[in-house]
Amino acid sequence: MEEIVKVPKQAEKGSGLTFWQRTYVPEIVRGLKLTAAHFFGNLAVHIFHLLGLWTEHRGAATVQYPEEMRGYSSRLRSLHRLTKRADGSPRCVACMMCETICPASCIYIVAAEHPDPNIEKYPESFDIDLGKCVFCGFCVEVCPEDAIRMDTHILDFAAYSREEMIWDIHRLLNNEPRRAEGIGQIRKMK
Amino acid sequence: MPTLTIDGQPITVSKGTTVIQAAEALGIYIPRYCYHPGLSIAGSCRMCLVEIEKAPRLEVACYSQAADGMVVHTITENVRLARRSVLEFLLSNHPLDCPVCDQSGECDLQNYYMEFGLYQSRFLENKIKRRKAYPIGPHVMLDNERCILCSRCVRFCDEVSKSHELGIVNRGERSEIALYEGRELNNAYSGNVIDICPVGALTERDFRFQCRVWYLNRTASICPGCARGCNIEIHYNVLRPYQSKGKRILRIKPRFNPAVNKWWICDEGRYGFRHIDASNRLRECEAQTADGVIPLGMETALKTAAAWIGESIEQHGKDSVGFFLSPELSNEDLYAILKLARHLGISKIDFRNPGEHPGFEDNFLIRGDKNPNRRGCVELGLYHRQRENGGWMAEEIKQGTLRMLVAFLQDLSLEPEFKAALVSLKRLIFVGSNSNATSEQAGLVLPSATYAEKNGSFTNFQGRAQRFERALVPLGDSLPENELIARIAAHFRMPEQPFEREQLLLDLRAEFPFFDQSTLDPPDVELAYQTTIAQREHA
Ligand code: SF4
Ligand code: SF4
Ligand code: SF4
Ligand code: SF4
Repeated sequence: MEEIVKVPKQAEKGSGLTFWQRTYVPEIVRGLKLTAAHFFGNLAVHIFHLLGLWTEHRGAATVQYPEEMRGYSSRLRSLHRLTKRADGSPRCVACMMCETICPASCIYIVAAEHPDPNIEKYPESFDIDLGKCVFCGFCVEVCPEDAIRMDTHILDFAAYSREEMIWDIHRLLNNEPRRAEGIGQIRKMK
Repeated sequence: MPTLTIDGQPITVSKGTTVIQAAEALGIYIPRYCYHPGLSIAGSCRMCLVEIEKAPRLEVACYSQAADGMVVHTITENVRLARRSVLEFLLSNHPLDCPVCDQSGECDLQNYYMEFGLYQSRFLENKIKRRKAYPIGPHVMLDNERCILCSRCVRFCDEVSKSHELGIVNRGERSEIALYEGRELNNAYSGNVIDICPVGALTERDFRFQCRVWYLNRTASICPGCARGCNIEIHYNVLRPYQSKGKRILRIKPRFNPAVNKWWICDEGRYGFRHIDASNRLRECEAQTADGVIPLGMETALKTAAAWIGESIEQHGKDSVGFFLSPELSNEDLYAILKLARHLGISKIDFRNPGEHPGFEDNFLIRGDKNPNRRGCVELGLYHRQRENGGWMAEEIKQGTLRMLVAFLQDLSLEPEFKAALVSLKRLIFVGSNSNATSEQAGLVLPSATYAEKNGSFTNFQGRAQRFERALVPLGDSLPENELIARIAAHFRMPEQPFEREQLLLDLRAEFPFFDQSTLDPPDVELAYQTTIAQREHA
């Protein structure tokens, strides 16, 4: 038997308020008191911090982005990078698996013949249009060569034009991972 | 006539038919590597093992002849196990290069492994290293590590091209495919070994890494390279133009037609598509003026063409205009031109046959006549004059009786008598796909579509009218010749003409009994391309 849930047609307003709540002013005062307590409490903590005192006690929970950044989960899918062989050339062999699986069709690879027949194939160009990417991570999962990763923890790659959002092989190869120590840890940026 | 049962279906076949052929006749596909219907039977790969009742062990379907009362099971637990073991052996020294292998996507190792594979590898030994990726001829690249020694390529060179370049050298696990000393795989049909190689051991040098095969679109067509009219399939990439640097057509594959080319095509035809995306393609209408060549819109150009023809007829009579056709035009194009000429009362129609001095010919596929539709021209009554290469037209131009010429496709100035005559021509309209010396001289140039960009049919030397399908959108402003003609005809108050292919073809067949009686090959004859059949079966 199905349980029938009755959905109220209208939000219920004002019912169940006590007399004191209805008088309005005392509630406002109570709210302001809470805000003011946090404000002055944090102000005091930050002043102590400036004087080098009481540093083991954290102030407001706000992260001072972008001066400070939080560490992300190691599973986080962030900006892509292409990994390198020992000699610095891309590990990617231009197999087009990532290009094929990409649901946003935002990977553009041009393959070429590698002079070494044991490598055989390499990407002459490898562009990702981050303006289209949906950060699904399929490209990473499908890669047979561990050539593409999304572990840089870089999320601030906004740009002023669509063209700048297209990252080419040089930028992707030189994306050094920027990883903080674990979740919740705050890291000061230089 | 033995009657046997395969997977519960009875079939009667002629004596000598093998089980694999009988199964195919029933629509049952038996996996195979070494077996190819166009080659002798090797029986070496053991992939086609099937269970035959009362036989002590599994039998190879490619070699066992059908016998009366035979009961065959093509897919039982034992068969699966056997195929799995065969695949395990084949992979024991296989490099698994799939990410860099051009065959991947149409590879029979991949295809069958998906169905019968042993996914947990048991192999601990080291794989044997062999020579990788080196050219063995102008078109073919060999990778010995990927080869599964099915010997199809060796048998092809021995039995079909009869050029005997390839052999298997060494013994045991050291055996490999090699060229005989001092030889090169450069016979006129060498590209076919790429098609029949079931794995990525033989790859196409021209196609390597241009595009992943699963990105390719495929359209049935007819090779325009010679009078044989081999059935082909055009593989092109239009969705990812950046991958092949703007080239649209990437490769040509043969299509199976038992009456024309069987499973094969020649290399000339296989690589004869380059003019389609060549830099000398005509993309827009052009007119020669006092200030040089200027581009024209299609409507203006067609109007000008019609006006020129009209003027010439009005002022100098019907005999002042001539149509110079080409045996590279399709039946439909020729017929459309013929219709327009009839309506205008133009009788000076001829075509030049560049194959007058025949090119290379052999007793297999390649014909000396390098035109796809000379037979069509003849059957349409365009060859009755029996004058050499339209030379009479050059004469008339010189005498001044022929003042205007509409020339299709060919470079007339290659013919010495025309070279001199073209100068005295008052007006020349050139209709063609690529520029040449004649198009540069023409007062008006109308760009036309190539065979890959239009629907139509060619009549091959045997008299088979074979249809081809449009694969690509015509480049730039270009249009199929019959459409150009239809739009010119519209300016002459010609009664509404059907220039739709189907209608044209119906009219053509109604008017010319030859075309009614000739076999009209539809473009869907089965693919010669073995792996594609396998793919279809395993899809
Ligand atoms: S994360 Fe997803 S959408 Fe982005 S490039 Fe990779 S596959 Fe494409
Ligand atoms: S899947 Fe990996 S190896 Fe293949 S093209 Fe993408 S990044 Fe390169
Ligand atoms: S031949 Fe087939 S299985 Fe072998 S590497 Fe090429 S695609 Fe992969
Ligand atoms: S190169 Fe290809 S066709 Fe030739 S034997 Fe090896 S696998 Fe067979």
